[in-house]
Amino acid sequence: MHMADALVSPAVGAAFWAASAGIIAHSSAHLRKQLDDRKVPLMGVLGAFVFAAQMINFSIPATGSSGHLGGGLLLAILLGPSAAFLTIASILMVQALFFADGGLLALGCNIFNLGVFPAFIAHPFIYSKLIGREPSQSRMVFAAIIAAVVALQCGSLGVVLQTFVSGVSSLPFDTFVLLMQPIHLAIGVIEGVVTALIVSFVYRARPEVLQSVIQEKPVGELPVRSLLTAFLISAALLGGLFSWLASEQPDGLEWSIAKITGSENLTQPGFKAHEALTAVQEKTAFLPDYARPEGAGLDNNKRLGKTLSGIVGSALTLVICTLTGVVLRRRRQG
Amino acid sequence: MLAINGSFLDFKQLDLLALRQTAVHRLDPRAKVLTTLCFIVCVVSFDKYQISAMLPFLIYPVALIAVGDLPPGYILRKILFVLPFALLVGLFNPIFDRQVVLQIGPLDIWGGWVSCLSILLRAILTASAAIILVAITGFPAICEALEKLKMPQAFAVQLQFLYRYIFVLTDEGVRTARARQIRTFGRRGLDLRHFSSLVGHLLLRTWERAERIHMAMLARGFSGEVHSTRRQSHFGKPELIFTVCWVALFILLRLYNAPQLLGSLFTGSMQ
Repeated sequence: MHMADALVSPAVGAAFWAASAGIIAHSSAHLRKQLDDRKVPLMGVLGAFVFAAQMINFSIPATGSSGHLGGGLLLAILLGPSAAFLTIASILMVQALFFADGGLLALGCNIFNLGVFPAFIAHPFIYSKLIGREPSQSRMVFAAIIAAVVALQCGSLGVVLQTFVSGVSSLPFDTFVLLMQPIHLAIGVIEGVVTALIVSFVYRARPEVLQSVIQEKPVGELPVRSLLTAFLISAALLGGLFSWLASEQPDGLEWSIAKITGSENLTQPGFKAHEALTAVQEKTAFLPDYARPEGAGLDNNKRLGKTLSGIVGSALTLVICTLTGVVLRRRRQG
Repeated sequence: MLAINGSFLDFKQLDLLALRQTAVHRLDPRAKVLTTLCFIVCVVSFDKYQISAMLPFLIYPVALIAVGDLPPGYILRKILFVLPFALLVGLFNPIFDRQVVLQIGPLDIWGGWVSCLSILLRAILTASAAIILVAITGFPAICEALEKLKMPQAFAVQLQFLYRYIFVLTDEGVRTARARQIRTFGRRGLDLRHFSSLVGHLLLRTWERAERIHMAMLARGFSGEVHSTRRQSHFGKPELIFTVCWVALFILLRLYNAPQLLGSLFTGSMQ
């Protein structure tokens, strides 16, 4: 599922824009260093291929409904991490512009959810490890299913976290997770099977196409630590700044937590005042409509609380992202 | 079959709109990209229960549709197409957020309904901004603007390539799907085995096409850099006026709830 502008808060949108832009810059620099100019047209044409392949449907066994290829993992297998990431990012940008699929502010979230996980995690750490140097058909299918499932589970968890931290939707975290993850488990299995079938078809017809990618050094392309640090700083800064400036309602996170625990304290009726306006006007004059019953003294505390919750929200995302990374790395080594 | 062709033609039509020659089409793409981003950030920064203050923002898409000579019905149809995705999540709000925010006679309005409506409005505003940006700027010009705004060159080249071949390859995808549809009856031929060999062939053809393109590029002296002839545009006075005026308006509308102020002016009560 694509993250949508309508569900994202400026802080979350901007933090993921920064993260995705950083990874795009890194991947671009990496590609230039590779000096393989065959990849320039190949990436462009394969990106267009994904659009073309999505126009061809297949029926999903035992359900009666039909689906189409996602393509993230397929691109990672065919192109390797950096090139695949740039290709996925470019596809998402075309979708955001031409179909308003997701939207422009949520584009960073979508590139992160649908690009980073298949290109930098599922392919190098799972698929490559599982198929080994001499892949057999059944091994390929197995590896592709596991890799696609992991990529899609991470991606959909990303959507859930981003929606939750943004706080525009009232869906409680656990309900949303229970809705999203099983659906994406099914989608992941199907995506894995389809990807494996296409890859093994190509492997039979033109093995040299895949050989070059298999032999490419798969791991260690992304400087994970510096990237994480950059993301941490930008997310904390943006999260803190924006949630203060941008007047999210007592803040998505705080509010949702209150909702879930049932101990909410927000009984003020009517439309909530704009926090930003209140902040701007607090020193000068209040519009009658914006005056709060608690008085101005509490506003400062509220603002502080909001800043804090913005930072806590960013931190939470990062903790879960890091944990996912650690778990996957463990699995790779184990 | 109509459905396949339909979505494809839809895609092409949006691209063709960018060829029109109006005052907004002629502006430097950077002005339009920056203004659109400002618009979206302002809209999504509203509080989750906000509806009224968001409404004046409709002026931006409406004005651009008018000035840019865009077909409103077509734009509206494209927006309607993306609404279900946002609504799918938005409709959960009334289930989980049953706090009564307003009472009209015997009718209780839950916070969830208000925020669901707010999500719908956000979706309309942000989707229209993105679609209108393409319709008045065109994809290549947007890439060019982003490149001038320091997007890495490798990514800019990728976007240009993708755009150039999207029409060629979707054409091929449509032909393939149509050919299969004509040769198979009902649901036959839709299974995974046939699908994978169909798409596998398409992939191999695509791969060979990329190799031919690469050789053609080498024959023309390609050495890793892509040079393109671009129409020269610069960020001049009209662009500055366009950007500054719109952004100022967005900030004003973001800070002051215009509909409410207007309403209180008419009802005479400031409460």
